[in-house]
Amino acid sequence: MATAARNKKSARRRQLEAAINYPIDWLEERSGLIGGLRYFLFRKVPGDTGWWHTLGSATLTAFLVQALTGVILAMYYKPDPQNAYQSIQHITNDLTLGWLVRGMHKWGASVFIILMFFHMARVFLFGAYKYPRELNWIIGVTLLAVGMLEGFTGYLLPWDQTAYWATVVGINLNGTAPFLGPFLADFLRGGGEIGTETLARFYSMHMLLIPGLIFALIGLHLYLVIRLGVSSPPWSREAAGSDYDADEPATNGRSGLTQPAARSGWRRNGGDDV
Amino acid sequence: MTEPQHGDRPHSPGPSLYPIGFAAGVACILVGLIINPMVIVPIGVVIAVVCGFLWARDATQEFRVEPVGAVEPERGGPRESTDAPAVPAHQGEAAMAELDTGERFPRSRFLEGATLGFGAVIGGLVTVPAVGFMIVPAFKGQGYPKVDLGPLDNFTPGQWFVTKFFMHPDAGEVSHRTAYIRNNGQLNGKPSFTIISNRCAHLGCPVQPNGPVQDNQKKDINLPKGQRVTMIPAIPAGGYGCPCHGGQYDVEGNRVSGPPVRALDRYDFAIVDGHLILGTPYSVSHVKGEGKDALIYKYKLTGPGEHVDGWEQILYPLQPPH
Repeated sequence: MATAARNKKSARRRQLEAAINYPIDWLEERSGLIGGLRYFLFRKVPGDTGWWHTLGSATLTAFLVQALTGVILAMYYKPDPQNAYQSIQHITNDLTLGWLVRGMHKWGASVFIILMFFHMARVFLFGAYKYPRELNWIIGVTLLAVGMLEGFTGYLLPWDQTAYWATVVGINLNGTAPFLGPFLADFLRGGGEIGTETLARFYSMHMLLIPGLIFALIGLHLYLVIRLGVSSPPWSREAAGSDYDADEPATNGRSGLTQPAARSGWRRNGGDDV
Repeated sequence: MTEPQHGDRPHSPGPSLYPIGFAAGVACILVGLIINPMVIVPIGVVIAVVCGFLWARDATQEFRVEPVGAVEPERGGPRESTDAPAVPAHQGEAAMAELDTGERFPRSRFLEGATLGFGAVIGGLVTVPAVGFMIVPAFKGQGYPKVDLGPLDNFTPGQWFVTKFFMHPDAGEVSHRTAYIRNNGQLNGKPSFTIISNRCAHLGCPVQPNGPVQDNQKKDINLPKGQRVTMIPAIPAGGYGCPCHGGQYDVEGNRVSGPPVRALDRYDFAIVDGHLILGTPYSVSHVKGEGKDALIYKYKLTGPGEHVDGWEQILYPLQPPH
């Protein structure tokens, strides 16, 4: 039936399709990017995944919002003690939509942390951290720690009384760690006391060092998700080892593991009509 | 498919303690950089170099002693015809046995080592200064300046003053500090002052006097070099309290209750040309007595929340230079 439909295509329509496909094929032939994108996006997932499985991508989205709004806030923010507070007031009160972008960044930070915890809870309660996904759990916990560090360094930047004293307390908390704590505190402050260097230091960590680390860790995290596939929920019949789908048995009889389709060009049917 | 298992063949280099010695040497260098670069660093360098050399000698021993293997002549003759079904490339025997050229240092291995080695050297040349620049300035030249707090006459004997001043007048508001100062009168013919830091010994919040602060008697004193001292008389009858987590201190700064781990820090002082000069801060475990007769148990300045006495002090053996 599909063949019959294809034969009915007019010559004009085939020309149009060829014109659309040409640049895509050109790119695919030279880079394999389209096939890679398909491999990334059109993966097989267990049939009984649901809304719970969207928490990870929700966290990723929250982080991307932070990255975008942060880059734009950095265009107006001045990270030195004389100007930091005034520049934030300027962003909030004077600049067009500044209040909105700052608000997105401020509240989005909490959303990001909260979603990380929800995502973590989902993975824990579904047992999705078990073999072979232990390493991805470890990377996730590292992401959580680094994400909290991002929150800590960002909290100082408004440079008001709350920011200042919360950071005093936070740094001194780090200072009470045994043995190396006092050195860690001095490293964070850039000296023995919070001073002119501390703010620039936190700004650099907040917008360059830690986001770079987060991007790298998210890359690893996603790589492992794609390599290992999405896990079934614990109530899945598939996970229980029943013959849920006789045509496509789970890889090596391992419950919950799905194998992504092989890399085979970007089009499902191999492009037979070009 | 049979994977080679661990234990099929012995590890080529036997276990050695030299790597640990090497790591200890490096650790010694790093610690020495902070404590005593002139003495401890060279010791660390010697340990690291000696252990590194022995380690390298140890690890390459087998390789160096290995005799030159004989080259097996290539066999001629026609290949067997392949009637058997094709075997995937990653299974079965290798199509061609690996060449054993008998070289002690094959060219490819030399190039591999050279690439990795030069990569490491170049990476190190770039990374070490950058990381050093990130870390070292936080630990160098961190002392406390001497701060002029104005003429002695401003400090009425027996009266507490909430005294605000700039640690570094050039740095502006961020260096604003507060101390609670009382002129104790004369001790053995010399002036005696109690100067208590307002930094809570729990986590560094500013402690407040538990008692009236007489804002209407505030006095501003302008001094050279942009220094501006503000003095407000206060009656901290109930000692001091911290707004953050509720730590309470008595009027001499001893911990009374709450989470602080010791008494409030104090400052040294000097009298120069009739002015009170603030010296370096130090930490205090506790104070016995009051006023000029107080016996102060004094320690090197330590961060808030860190014990200076009791068994917990072993958790904080080293302090960064201040």
